[in-house]
Amino acid sequence: MNIARTFTATLFAGLLASTAASANAQDLAFTNATVVIGDGSEPISGGTVVVRGGKVVAAGANVTVPADIPYTDVAGRWITPGLVVALTDVGIYDVGAVSGSNDTSGGSGPFNAALDIAPAINPEAQQMKLARAGGVTRASVVTNARGSIFAGQGAVVDTGADPDAVMKARAFQYVELGEGGARLAGGSRVAAHVYLRNAMREARAFAAGTWEGEEAMLTRADAAALGAVVSGKQRLYVEVERASDIRIVLGLGREFPKLDIVLVGASEGWMVANDIAAAGVPVIADALDDLPQNFEQLGATQSNVGRMVDAGVEVSIGRIFGEEIPAYVTQYAGNLVALNNVPGATGLTWGEAFATISSVPAKISGIGGKAGVLKAGAVGDIVIWDGDPLEVSTAPVSVYIDGVKQPLDSHQSRLRERYRDLDESDLPKAYDW
Amino acid sequence: MGKLPMHYRALLTLGSAAALAACSATGGAGPASASDEGTETASPAVPFASTYSAYPGAPTALVGATVFDGAGNRIDNGTVLFADGKVVEVGGASLAIPDGYTRIDGTGKYVTPGIIDIHSHLGDYPTPSVAAHADGNEATSPTTPEVWAEHSVWPQDPGFSRALANGGVTSLQILPGSANLMGGRSVTLKNVPSRTVQGMKFPGAPYGFKMACGENPKRVYSSRGPSTRMGNFAVNRQTWADAKEYADGDRENRNLAKETLAGVLDGDILVHNHCYRADEMAQVLDMAKEAGYKVTAFHHAVESYKIGDLLREADVCSAIWADWWGFKMEAYDGIPENAALIHQAGACVIVHSDSANGIQRLNQEAAKAQASGARMGINIADAEVIRWLTLNPAKAMGIDGQTGSLEAGKMADMVLWNGDPLSVYSRPEKVWVDGAMLFDSSDSKRRPVSDFELGQPGEGDVK
Repeated sequence: MNIARTFTATLFAGLLASTAASANAQDLAFTNATVVIGDGSEPISGGTVVVRGGKVVAAGANVTVPADIPYTDVAGRWITPGLVVALTDVGIYDVGAVSGSNDTSGGSGPFNAALDIAPAINPEAQQMKLARAGGVTRASVVTNARGSIFAGQGAVVDTGADPDAVMKARAFQYVELGEGGARLAGGSRVAAHVYLRNAMREARAFAAGTWEGEEAMLTRADAAALGAVVSGKQRLYVEVERASDIRIVLGLGREFPKLDIVLVGASEGWMVANDIAAAGVPVIADALDDLPQNFEQLGATQSNVGRMVDAGVEVSIGRIFGEEIPAYVTQYAGNLVALNNVPGATGLTWGEAFATISSVPAKISGIGGKAGVLKAGAVGDIVIWDGDPLEVSTAPVSVYIDGVKQPLDSHQSRLRERYRDLDESDLPKAYDW
Repeated sequence: MGKLPMHYRALLTLGSAAALAACSATGGAGPASASDEGTETASPAVPFASTYSAYPGAPTALVGATVFDGAGNRIDNGTVLFADGKVVEVGGASLAIPDGYTRIDGTGKYVTPGIIDIHSHLGDYPTPSVAAHADGNEATSPTTPEVWAEHSVWPQDPGFSRALANGGVTSLQILPGSANLMGGRSVTLKNVPSRTVQGMKFPGAPYGFKMACGENPKRVYSSRGPSTRMGNFAVNRQTWADAKEYADGDRENRNLAKETLAGVLDGDILVHNHCYRADEMAQVLDMAKEAGYKVTAFHHAVESYKIGDLLREADVCSAIWADWWGFKMEAYDGIPENAALIHQAGACVIVHSDSANGIQRLNQEAAKAQASGARMGINIADAEVIRWLTLNPAKAMGIDGQTGSLEAGKMADMVLWNGDPLSVYSRPEKVWVDGAMLFDSSDSKRRPVSDFELGQPGEGDVK
């Protein structure tokens, strides 16, 4: 331990490498860090983080490192909990346009609500590697709705370099309303709402043993799956953008009182922010939508998140799909901080912004207190950064998941090393590996 | 449908464009007359001529800010003078300010030339992005050199104002989409609100010509051909051969497609080739040699880092994203160090958007690319990185004599940033186009609201 005390910042990277190789990799302590707890509070300088047995023991100011844990002075570097992405497609495709490699869409088969993404998750997928290299350690993964308004059941995963990615299968059900739901239900919002209500009633009947299979719209598997939603055992994520659509969704609670709703999208959430707050419904929003992408998003503005947070709504930013990679969430959060310097715009404080990509998505995903925060008992997901984590020029130096140091390499990093130079004077590039 | 993954958006877009083209005879109102606007008048010799003229501005001195001039230079505590729409002088704190100049204190702030996006579909794929608006791909034939992107641009696209206010974008090239091997002519616009496209056209800008390699044309034309990369090249080469015959002839029979191709062969129209893969770019360079034209820039060139030497030797720019990855096979080898490696090889880097969202944050994308390079030991100065967003795109669009850097006599297109433009925490505070202040973050009325947005939820919001 005394030896560890003598390490300086310049030896920092080397020290971490040796720590990873040691037998007690899961007992970690870092001192002199700019510590971000993730709960919305502002960063703490000169802080300490202690992890034992894969769990956080303590983090913050005035934390004492137990005598049996060696510690590293990180010389002011930022340490945060691993980032949590509220909705993404990490681990369910290799190449978006290569359909055989792509499980991002529920498919056009007979089942919808019963779909369960968990068996499709591939811990070796390149996006898993890019996500963890970007500091994302947990995420909720879901398919797109395709055959009906119900997209199926999403999973909470970790991005660790081990075969055990699924942390929580069937964590939530996903339903698309608004314009997308209308299209899927036959062409109108009217149809989507009938479909939704009918499905809920059939699920309730199924749970009560009064379901009449021959008369039902839902398959048996879908009716069984929705039972967990209608009884409130499984959260229902509802994708909706327009203010009036949000109001209707908030009203669903009167009809189905046990529904545990999360709004997804909510571009016009700021227009009904007080209603959302009063209903106690959390929101997963796109941080930077500011265009009338379609008629249900006419009121889109980058101030949406800030205004909802100010009204008391619990907001996570996320929803990273397609060409976006999960690590973009830091850039999105940083942009919301930037709005504080734009007259008339509503941004977030730094701490609030970080919470939208850590503790809040963790809470919405059902792993609140376990991930996205550096508090006693939380998973030992620790990211050490080379600067302010919300700044675009910044990247993780080290990532730990459950206290285990993670590899940060990928197909991309290997290409980078191969093409550092273009020298083929001795052998072709194919021998450079 | 709030947000679809990009690969689905692309497929839908191409599909709806094809459907639209099939019923294009039902199209709506014709173009607004431009003859009563501006200083230039349309004539047969210059069809659809620019009617843009600068809006009024005051002689202005920006003082005290850090100036990145776009040409690779940085001046701390700089002074930028502009009047009558032009840059008058750029210098240090000691530069004398002539009488009558409005002084703006830029202490703690930054000045750059106006940001230029070389790859945009604003107006051609405007928001709301409904099928009725999908005007970016004339996906009815693998080669459509006869179409001009400007004839699709809807000047009321709210995306233009977001690019101005959040991105500091003052000029942009609108390209046809990538469904076709030869998609048609591009148009270069000044980012000013206008009732007509002619009122946005960058005076004197040369036309560009959009070409596309690889997966998109293959996919769109798979049933009728070309359906392979070799098919793509065969169609291209035959088209160039026929065009050369036309170009070498008397050119008297008007053929809009061949007029465009002849313009490329003459060197008057600049080729912008959507092409991801290194091996395919090398093939295109050989095709260009065979046909007798020059490729000005490869767009979406995610693999340029593999052939930086070839691109330097051929004097071709790479217009790229910072780190888009994995959405299709030809994007699989994209790496965030691409820009830095191209720069290291001595070739030209441009950061482009191809996105109504990305165009609002080109500065951040450049910063990400810079930082990725720094992490692998390639250190590129901030002032040089700004050039990726200003002078380099201007050069590749053929407008570098007029804009793209803060030099005396050039257009006074510039941005006053409220902090370091390479930081996520900064935004444009004021934006000038030809010396006219068209955005001021502290003045809610200096923010364009398009016709479409009037009377709608969020009208005039900060966005």
